[in-house]
Amino acid sequence: MALSKSNINVGDQHSEQVVENLTRTQIIQYAGASGDYNPLHTDEIFTTQIAGYPTVFAHGMLSMGLTGKMLTNYVGDGRLTKYGVRFVAQVWPGDSLTATATVEAIREEDGVSVADLAVSTVNQDGAEVVKGSATARIDG
Amino acid sequence: MATDRFPIEQGHIMLFARAVGDDNPIYHDPDAATDTEPGHVIPPPTFVQASAQFTEGYNLRPVVGQPWFGSGKEPTGVERESSGEGGGTGFHAEQHYEYHAPIQPGDVLKAVDKPGKSWTREGRRGGSLSFNESVTEYYNQDDVLVVTARSVGVQTSRVVE
Repeated sequence: MALSKSNINVGDQHSEQVVENLTRTQIIQYAGASGDYNPLHTDEIFTTQIAGYPTVFAHGMLSMGLTGKMLTNYVGDGRLTKYGVRFVAQVWPGDSLTATATVEAIREEDGVSVADLAVSTVNQDGAEVVKGSATARIDG
Repeated sequence: MATDRFPIEQGHIMLFARAVGDDNPIYHDPDAATDTEPGHVIPPPTFVQASAQFTEGYNLRPVVGQPWFGSGKEPTGVERESSGEGGGTGFHAEQHYEYHAPIQPGDVLKAVDKPGKSWTREGRRGGSLSFNESVTEYYNQDDVLVVTARSVGVQTSRVVE
């Protein structure tokens, strides 16, 4: 159900766990679908022996995509007008992520009602990995 | 990244939605999608990133007959240049999208690059950081602007701890 001016308020929050125990296989799925085959995300030998990291890590865009699932579940299909993030920290295999949207403003834009949302995704230790914002059309 | 032809395909959308763990039927079931507000299959909000699959010369995709920097017999298939400081890595720092018009399977998008800014600052974890912004506009087959993407990349001078 889409959001409407009558059913949301500034300060409302929606949270979802968007991944539990992130697997290397899911990271590989993302590489295959997105076309970003950087071995840092999928190739343990390259990543540990050449790049010097403890293991492979998720594409930032996978974290953004996982967070986007929470957003579209909240605001409805095809309702986003803007979505942007900063990648604050790396996401590792085994991580569990919880994404939260907070309603920051409800306003009119070009005659359409919209909601501005703050977006934050944290890992199982409460450390923020993605921070951003989004705007969605809502029913008037 | 500039891409001449990015065909929007239902199977590709399904694979992408699976990869981001989203089983919403609007991403894979055309019948179920007819009952939704858009009325058709749509891609998830970050899908246009997958235009990389169709970008000529994209440097993070292996090319037939050319060495690849991931592991095979050896931990890397290419000689790495010594940078002096060593261990630096390119990262994606920010990604922003503006959605202007719907996208659906059958559309054929064209991605056009616009100039972006560059800047440098000292980082806490990775030495000096060089930022590069790029703006990409996605147009559909009717020349309608559907998505504007703004990406910020960062190059670190050493391994991020």
